[in-house]
Amino acid sequence: MSPVLGKPVNRVDGPDKVTGTGRYCGEIVLPGLAYGLIVGADVAKGRVVSIDESAARAAGGVYGILTHRNTPKVANAPHLIPSLAGQPAPGESFFPMQDDVVHYWGQPVALVVADSLESAAHAAALLDITYEESPAVATIEDGRKSAYEAETLFGGLMPARDERGDVTAALAAAEVTVDASYRYAANHHNPLETSVTTAQWDGDRLTLWDSTMGVRASQLTVASLLGIPLSDVRVITHFVGGGFGSKAMVWPHVTLAAMAARHVGRPVRLTLTRPQSFTSNGHREEQEQRITLGAGRDGRLTAIRHQKLSITSSFDDWAEPATGVSTQIYGCDNYLGSHSLIKGNTMTPTFTRAPGESLGSFSLETAMDRLAYELGMDPVELRIMNHPPVDNHGNPWSSDGMADCLRRGAELIGWADRDPTPGVRQEGDNLIGTGVAGAGYPVAFMMPVQHARARIFNDGSVVIQTSAQEFGIGVTTSMSQVGADGLGVDMDVLRFEAGDTDLPNTTSAVGSMGATMQSSAVHNAARTLRNELIAHAVADDKSPLHGLSPSSVRVADGRMTSTLDPSISESYADMLQRNRLLDLEALGSWTPPPFTTPHGLLTFGAQFAEVAVDKDLGLVRVRRMAGVFAPGRVLNPKLARSQLLGGMLWGLGQALLEGNQIDRQSGRWALNNLGEYLVPVHADIPDIQVEFVEVEDDVVGPLGVKGVGEVGQVGAAAAIANAVFHATGRRMSELPMTAEVVMNGGGAG
Amino acid sequence: MAINQSTAPAVTGVRGPEREPVTLDVNGSTFPIELEPRVSLLDALREHLDLTGTKKGCDQGTCGACTVWVDGRRVLSCLTLAMSCEGHQVSTIEGIAQDGELHPMQQAFVDHDAFQCGYCTPGQIMSAIALLREGNATTDADIAEHMSGNICRCQAYPNIHAAIREVRDADDGG
Repeated sequence: MSPVLGKPVNRVDGPDKVTGTGRYCGEIVLPGLAYGLIVGADVAKGRVVSIDESAARAAGGVYGILTHRNTPKVANAPHLIPSLAGQPAPGESFFPMQDDVVHYWGQPVALVVADSLESAAHAAALLDITYEESPAVATIEDGRKSAYEAETLFGGLMPARDERGDVTAALAAAEVTVDASYRYAANHHNPLETSVTTAQWDGDRLTLWDSTMGVRASQLTVASLLGIPLSDVRVITHFVGGGFGSKAMVWPHVTLAAMAARHVGRPVRLTLTRPQSFTSNGHREEQEQRITLGAGRDGRLTAIRHQKLSITSSFDDWAEPATGVSTQIYGCDNYLGSHSLIKGNTMTPTFTRAPGESLGSFSLETAMDRLAYELGMDPVELRIMNHPPVDNHGNPWSSDGMADCLRRGAELIGWADRDPTPGVRQEGDNLIGTGVAGAGYPVAFMMPVQHARARIFNDGSVVIQTSAQEFGIGVTTSMSQVGADGLGVDMDVLRFEAGDTDLPNTTSAVGSMGATMQSSAVHNAARTLRNELIAHAVADDKSPLHGLSPSSVRVADGRMTSTLDPSISESYADMLQRNRLLDLEALGSWTPPPFTTPHGLLTFGAQFAEVAVDKDLGLVRVRRMAGVFAPGRVLNPKLARSQLLGGMLWGLGQALLEGNQIDRQSGRWALNNLGEYLVPVHADIPDIQVEFVEVEDDVVGPLGVKGVGEVGQVGAAAAIANAVFHATGRRMSELPMTAEVVMNGGGAG
Repeated sequence: MAINQSTAPAVTGVRGPEREPVTLDVNGSTFPIELEPRVSLLDALREHLDLTGTKKGCDQGTCGACTVWVDGRRVLSCLTLAMSCEGHQVSTIEGIAQDGELHPMQQAFVDHDAFQCGYCTPGQIMSAIALLREGNATTDADIAEHMSGNICRCQAYPNIHAAIREVRDADDGG
């Protein structure tokens, strides 16, 4: 391995970002550009009775107005499938403005296209729309009686129930049981860039600049809905202002932008406003969970029952799967995980960072803490003792590291000196406590074959290409490192190009799979090209390497050198020029292991937190966080640390700040802006440490890379809640843990 | 964040609602353009001057992504009408690097990996440089408090703090 892999190099796109020169998808300059603005329904259930466009059209600057009366019918009904699967990936099995029915508040009912942002906003405000309103069910409370147990999730891709052994009998026989119920508020992604699509037609061919986590998913979805060939849809995205799951699926506005551009005969930019971003790209659903643990007095788990209830749209059995980790991070012969659903008047919820497992782990890891106290055992030791060497099918982990993560995290937070007694440490008005949680996030091999291209010019410069998207994950930088390593060149002669469906295909970078699949494809492309270059050289009788076995040639710094005699050497450029080759290129591909590969597939970690809780006001301040993770090979520790740190602080937000509720009267989200939907700001940030535990993994790809996008969030909120218990003696069973929740004794459970 | 009107030349008469000639002074250059009075400074920069480095995160004054300087003071350009900036010096992220050299704060952001997606970054940097000038970066608590109008959803906050501390400490007691 060359020194470039695993090196903490700065982001190669850093200068573009700090100077403001990087162009995001809403910043593409096109002649004649028009501005689109969606108008959302003002009722949660009902019908559009009338739309009076006269005032809007008279306001000036309006090029066109789309409503259900003139919006083209979609060619194929949308069917929700996670974008990782590499198929059309609409965020919901529904497309708006096909008829007059309103299913959820904010559902698009009109689209105004005008000559400026101001004209569009003014005309949209003048549209006079009347509704016939019906009673809506938009909360768990209102729909509880109609709950049903789901059979499958994700458009049938995943079973909703996971069962082994006899959990009822095991709980009845358990020496110790813990039973806890939880209530979790909905979360919204709120990337700083709201979703935006710029659409331009050239005859029958469509170009979209779309802020997406998967250009290929946008292409597949829009082509399917419009009924046009894939080859006629090009999707470009060079910079994306954050995603966190909101841009993982393809929402209606993307296709509406294309329809609008065709309607007005101009390129159209359609941007979601901040309030619209709460009703247009999914959310983490309101949910309740209950977990019951059974164990022996020795601390061995004998039973886990983990149940989730949540509300989904009227068209999709969607729940973020909450039990993928609780079924396997701790060994237990008797297990039941299930998901119950209520169909209601919301849009289909969607992936939100650490989907499922961030809240699933909150239930599991706070319950494990209760169990530790019930048994009088150390919470770290209880977890290490119950962590198995194999997964729930008896398959060995592709790589583990969980126990080491827990031990190292304990050192960082000073666990050895911890008095486990709750509620006894006071500093001024604050009660102080520390907490721990285990972390795991599944590695999901759902994606099809991945491709990348490596091309070297005869001056030695290199271009590496895949269709990956840069939304802050550092793919531009880390794939430059992977390409340079695979080909044996310096990073400064190499450019990584991505964000374009004209480039070799990789799937959406979702589910923490981006680094694994992209690095595997890029590595294989670079290696294939390297092998071709060496093959040329050893077959070339004018090359000093002529006649050598390819396996006795090593490459570095753009030179091929004999491993036997370092004086026998020539550069790629010299070889290409002598042979009058202008360039040489290779396509690399990577076929992921089957979904059923006989290995346990999780990325492991451990979370620790120290909190101070104002004993009179219930305000929780996180003072320190320490996270240790084992994500396999780390391509760039500087960037990986940033992503893990980001995940941990998302956990802080989920623990203390972030939550939304639908108003039962109107069916509308109570909060729709960043002034009221609170996310962490500079002043909320604790002292925070991130470390890695090195584990080798030869299952997950040629470089052994597991993802870091989600696992940083898993367990973070639970560690904070366990610290709040240690500080106050109160168990938290509601998120976010607002001051009221803390003062009221913890919430639902 | 109001603009200090005392230094502005008096604007007389009623303008608009149609487009009117407006002269904006941005990053030391003068731009004569035509704008409706309802156009925000943010939209004037992005849609009329093609200076898209200043970002629109909320258009409601809550996220800080649109932070620019007017006469050297931090201003939320989404809540500022462009016409009100006539006669004032507007500074944006595009004017911060000089002669192709990154400003020390920009370089510190790169070195400390003080961003991920980069969308809040121009606003963070405009605030961070102003913070030092305001004398609001003396302690870590000062930095955290006075940067809190700039949201980073990627949560690069610890790295942003490190970048600001480095520039502050390199500033010869400045």
